[in-house]
Amino acid sequence: MDITSNTHSQHISRQFNQELEELKTHLMAMGGLVEKQVQDAVHALLEGDTRLAEKVRDSDRQVNELQLQIDEECTRVLARRQPAASDLRLVLAVIRATSDLERIGDEASKIARNALLLSENTSSVRGLIEVRHISEHVRKMLRDALTAFARFDTELAMQVVHEDELVDDEYGSAMRSLMTFMMEDSRAISSVLSIMWVLRALERVGDHSNNLAEYVVYLVKGLDIRHSDPGTVDQKVLKKP
Amino acid sequence: MLASFDSAPASQAPVTHFSPEHCALSIDRFNLAYAGKPALRELTLSVPRHRVTAFIGPSGCGKSTLLRAINRLHDLNESVEHSGNIELEGQDIYAPQTNVTELRRRVGMVFQTPNPFPMSIYENVAFGLRLQQRLPKRQRDDIIEWALTSAALWDEVKDRLHRSAWQLSGGQQQRLVIARTLAVQPDVLLLDEPASALDPISTLKIEELIRNLKSQLTLVLVTHNMQQAARVSDYTAFLQDGELVEYGPTDQVFTNPHLQRTENYITGRMT
Repeated sequence: MDITSNTHSQHISRQFNQELEELKTHLMAMGGLVEKQVQDAVHALLEGDTRLAEKVRDSDRQVNELQLQIDEECTRVLARRQPAASDLRLVLAVIRATSDLERIGDEASKIARNALLLSENTSSVRGLIEVRHISEHVRKMLRDALTAFARFDTELAMQVVHEDELVDDEYGSAMRSLMTFMMEDSRAISSVLSIMWVLRALERVGDHSNNLAEYVVYLVKGLDIRHSDPGTVDQKVLKKP
Repeated sequence: MLASFDSAPASQAPVTHFSPEHCALSIDRFNLAYAGKPALRELTLSVPRHRVTAFIGPSGCGKSTLLRAINRLHDLNESVEHSGNIELEGQDIYAPQTNVTELRRRVGMVFQTPNPFPMSIYENVAFGLRLQQRLPKRQRDDIIEWALTSAALWDEVKDRLHRSAWQLSGGQQQRLVIARTLAVQPDVLLLDEPASALDPISTLKIEELIRNLKSQLTLVLVTHNMQQAARVSDYTAFLQDGELVEYGPTDQVFTNPHLQRTENYITGRMT
């Protein structure tokens, strides 16, 4: 049975409604913070803005604190309410989502660290076009995954799952180009390696966004599509009643 | 696979069916009314052998009525009318040739409040046995020890078997009642809110007992305690207004029910 974003506000206990609403609100706040971190980290790298890169690195602590807070709220709901069915799936999805969001925050910090390293490099840096391209793609995935979570939208979530396959392809092709750069010009090896780390971090942000989208499907449909072939799950997830 | 799902219209949840060789009780289009007022409507479901099946639902949904119907406890109530079939191991329990005493031996029942007889612990367990047949004392003693052991009570009472059963705590009394039922070796045990009058530790002992007993017999549990149904049952049937709403594996019913009505009930939402 599919649920909607209103499902968790119809309990006889209004206190319980409020607790579940708070879980969702706090998760969205964490999502918003992490999304901004990724945006700022990429911007700092492309524009050589070191102050912004340092700000991203420092904000990681805030994300970690939010993860602890939300996990504690989930533990409290499990212990006091013993949720079942869609309520249980919401709590599980939120616990899993906070873990992925926290890791996205870590990846943003890695990008910011590499932005600081590259800012010391005076020569022109190769691979920034690839970074710009993949980062736009990945940031859209993250934004869509969070929107899908907020709206309980499985169609949008499945789009994110498919986008991840494209990002993986783009990442592979960018890595091949960067290897060529390194072979052509050995002086660029250190800066290209930094860009490779950045691309790797962006690719991981895509993977975590994909995970978030999978939790939305679990939450709404009760289907666990992790470790499944995206092509085969489409029919199950998007079938009309 | 023990269970299979039928294809069903979208408005209806798929109902779990069991093949006859796995089925202890089979209820087919069973209706029951008190003084013309319907309490059970067209109820069809099968209860698998050696499994725990929980009936859940709001007060007045008919779950206790159904349990009593399986034991023919409505027989003396003249205002009760029923139609449809209930079969125990393939035999119609409402057939004219059915021996009701034998039926109640094969289908034991345990109620909400423990009801030990005003006699010793030993005599309580021996009561049904004595009615059933005359046995040499040694053989009877063996059965009583087995029944009390099966009911996880032997170690607590073996040194005071001839003291009054009323000296036992509520939880012990309930396990004594279960031992009394087990002594006559039933095929099915019906439990109507067996732990609702007990403290949490006694409740867990009863639940552990239910889990252990399923290797010996089939158990049907009626409970208002949703967590209890989730903890101990293999299958859950949700009843509302005398109708079967949803019936399926407990894991599925409690994590991803098919119908909104079931979801609303088990998660405490307004209907």
